[in-house]
Amino acid sequence: MYESNGEKYFVVDSHMHYWNAAPDNWVPGAEQYAEGWIKCFHAYQGLGPPETHWSLEHFEKYSEDDLMKDVFEDGHVDVAIFQPTDLKEWYKEGFNTTERNALMGEKHPGKFIHNTRFDPRDSDAGLEELRRNVERFGSKGVKLYTAEWNNGSRGYKLSDPGAYRFLEAAQKLGIKNVHVHKGPTIWPLDKDAFDVADVDHAATDFPDLNFIVEHVGLPRIDDFCYMATQEPNVYAGLSVAIGALMYARPQFFARVIGELLFWVGEDKMTFGSDYGIWEPKWQVEGFVDWEMPDRPEFADYPKLGTAGKKKILGLNAAKLYDIKVPDEFQLPASAGTPGAQEVLGEPVAGA
Amino acid sequence: MTVLARGGDPPKPAEHGGPARPPVPPVPPGLLAALETVRDPELDEPITSLGFVASCTVSADGEAEVRLRLPTYFCAPNFAYLMVADAYDAVSALPGVRLTTVVLEDHFASDAINDGVAAHAGFVQSFDGEAVAELDGLRADFLRKAVMAGTDQVCRPLLAAGKDPAALLTMTLGEVPPSRALSRLRQRRAELGLPAGDGAPVLIDPLSGALVSADALPLHLRKAKVTRISIEANGGICRGMLRHRYDTPGRGETEEDQ
Repeated sequence: MYESNGEKYFVVDSHMHYWNAAPDNWVPGAEQYAEGWIKCFHAYQGLGPPETHWSLEHFEKYSEDDLMKDVFEDGHVDVAIFQPTDLKEWYKEGFNTTERNALMGEKHPGKFIHNTRFDPRDSDAGLEELRRNVERFGSKGVKLYTAEWNNGSRGYKLSDPGAYRFLEAAQKLGIKNVHVHKGPTIWPLDKDAFDVADVDHAATDFPDLNFIVEHVGLPRIDDFCYMATQEPNVYAGLSVAIGALMYARPQFFARVIGELLFWVGEDKMTFGSDYGIWEPKWQVEGFVDWEMPDRPEFADYPKLGTAGKKKILGLNAAKLYDIKVPDEFQLPASAGTPGAQEVLGEPVAGA
Repeated sequence: MTVLARGGDPPKPAEHGGPARPPVPPVPPGLLAALETVRDPELDEPITSLGFVASCTVSADGEAEVRLRLPTYFCAPNFAYLMVADAYDAVSALPGVRLTTVVLEDHFASDAINDGVAAHAGFVQSFDGEAVAELDGLRADFLRKAVMAGTDQVCRPLLAAGKDPAALLTMTLGEVPPSRALSRLRQRRAELGLPAGDGAPVLIDPLSGALVSADALPLHLRKAKVTRISIEANGGICRGMLRHRYDTPGRGETEEDQ
């Protein structure tokens, strides 16, 4: 819970991790990838305020106590959603697995939601693992990293037949929310790995699943915005958008938020800190204080008021995950501003 | 490709990007000019102003060596390959250069890319079994994004000066006051084989080259704007990451670029 100027915000951190990337977890022969991955993440942290930077050693492996303090005690978060990334080709026990997250989360009832993951290239064994994880950890969401390396393959598309088989199975198991994260590799390597067209196809063919595109499709915000406008079940996950831009590049941050408010709308944007890349504290406080610059070049963007910030910081994700929100944090039914889908209507949807 | 003109832009607003870095040391002029013609296809900017040129030298007997660096170890290998190959082509075309070596440093696919470019192997052969086509399609996709972004850069000042949006539908490139943004848009359109002369319309569909209809105008301008913002935000993150990774400026990178 965060309180500012008499307003109370219920905070759901919808994208965060509990990883182990320390050298003793690196797979022999793949050390360069394990090291390259965590150093890349660490460089992202460098885009946040200097006083929030960690040493590389601390960043590689933070403790349960660090997480509880940074996220809940200092970070204003009420409920946090674990998003696993296995990367078992590079990390012996995996980087940030469903199990590692959930075994820690189970010690703190009510604080965490344990999402799981799948990889369509794992075939029948992968389906069985998905079923076990959903039963054991009660997962209602999956995190999909389409650029994961798997037995010589550099990635997959969500529109592949194998992926559809997994989406169907996940839906039958009770999964509601699919968090998609694009990365730099995919098969074949000559295609743009960040292209979100496959999410578009899957969202059309699975209308009862919600697709939360993490990092708002970065680095393809343009393609993402246009796609999200046309698909009622596509959401913008703000992890990285706030962390990488709000402090380091405030002008770009304002434009990106403005575009998202226009194309996607405040009802379909969800806050995620991407902890441990960035701590939630400065992101929550900064976002509540943030105002669209009062200059002509920002004038054609929808306004973001207190109601919109409450939705983005927690109420939207609470709806997706059926999180019970106390009455003191709720909004009147009509509060807020709709996005392009409602404003432009058919011309956009049919274009 | 043409060397982009420098200067003339107003100073950028202050943004946080880390500690100040020392000024850029001198570089061999012909070599630098050649590298300025090489762009990151995704960011549509020269690799020099992005800080991607770690070093570039040419010896008295014509051996050129260029070392490139990228913002992360995992930057997309297809774009990385294009930059290394384009740098190789630009430098080896210089008069007096007898032998060219381009090395991409600190990247997960450094070996495949460096060896593939040196052997003129092409992308498919360099990434045996992992790619099915050369990168012309990818390059064209991103040139079309550059055309959309350039459309916003050219139209925004016109609209801000009071131009009726509907008047853009019949306006030609020759009627737009000259600017860096305009020549850049013309270059990108010409590279795609789209009309770029004085009589060509300002607004066209970058895929088909067709005129934009009045009905499609508001959406076309909105898409142009979000494309520009996407590329710029991406470039901002790349610069921040590169700066975290390397504390020295790139060859040909100016303080304004940083």
